[in-house]
Amino acid sequence: MLLIPCPWCGPRDEAEFHYGGQAHVAYPENPAALSDEEWARYLFFRDNPKGRFAERWNHTAGCRRWFNAVRNTATNEIEAREVTA
Amino acid sequence: MAERLSPLARFTPVSSGDLRIAEIPFLTQINLRVDPKSRAAADIGLALGAPLPTEPGTCASADADLLWLGPDEWLVVGERGRDLEGTIRAAAGTAHAGITDVSAQRTVVAVEGPRSRDLLAHGCALDLHPRVFGPGRCAQTMLARAQVVLAARDGDAFRVFVRSSFAGYLADWLMDAAGEYLGVTPR
Ligand SMILES: [Zn+2]
Repeated sequence: MLLIPCPWCGPRDEAEFHYGGQAHVAYPENPAALSDEEWARYLFFRDNPKGRFAERWNHTAGCRRWFNAVRNTATNEIEAREVTA
Repeated sequence: MAERLSPLARFTPVSSGDLRIAEIPFLTQINLRVDPKSRAAADIGLALGAPLPTEPGTCASADADLLWLGPDEWLVVGERGRDLEGTIRAAAGTAHAGITDVSAQRTVVAVEGPRSRDLLAHGCALDLHPRVFGPGRCAQTMLARAQVVLAARDGDAFRVFVRSSFAGYLADWLMDAAGEYLGVTPR
């Protein structure tokens, strides 16, 4: 089990969190102008790096806040985190 | 008239020298959301007798208990029948704040005595050592996989806030885990 450092509550068991996928995926500025393929890319295509990966987490069983964390997907070490609005 | 039954009305309190478990039913509980830097937050703190705690995982006690739930969220707990909602609304005035009576959402199990930390540690991953989780600390976390709000009080006393629908399960679990401290022979 991962020990995930919530920016508010400190380190907690992974079971207290909900995973929110890749961070910093911007909503398209003009969705209506997108082709089907571009829309599908926005909805379903995500990076899958070996190494540092910025992702979103929600501390569902705790403070219920979203935050971003940089996790190394090869070692599961969480190297950084930031509070998000 | 219908009798009001608490979620653990059928739970018999237990007590040994080292451990006491009992329900504290019908406490008044208000969920409060307000910008901690706002004038309203300060006014609400004045009305309740203590500033809203802004350090994560801490609880302030005055006329009511003010439990930190999040950076802009608190659980205000007072005795049965108290109009805390009215007090907070009057203090907040027309300011932007969320004030919700959630008294029926959770009941409270008091776990007290020198063995209370040992008992809770059976199902809670937090470090409950008094050095880390002493009086005035609180946390939303999991106890025996049920979501709870844990609050440490003076002495070795804890309040476990648990959702009403999970209360029976959690009380059963506590009794099972407490066997070795209550001198009960396992079945
Ligand atoms: Zn948290």
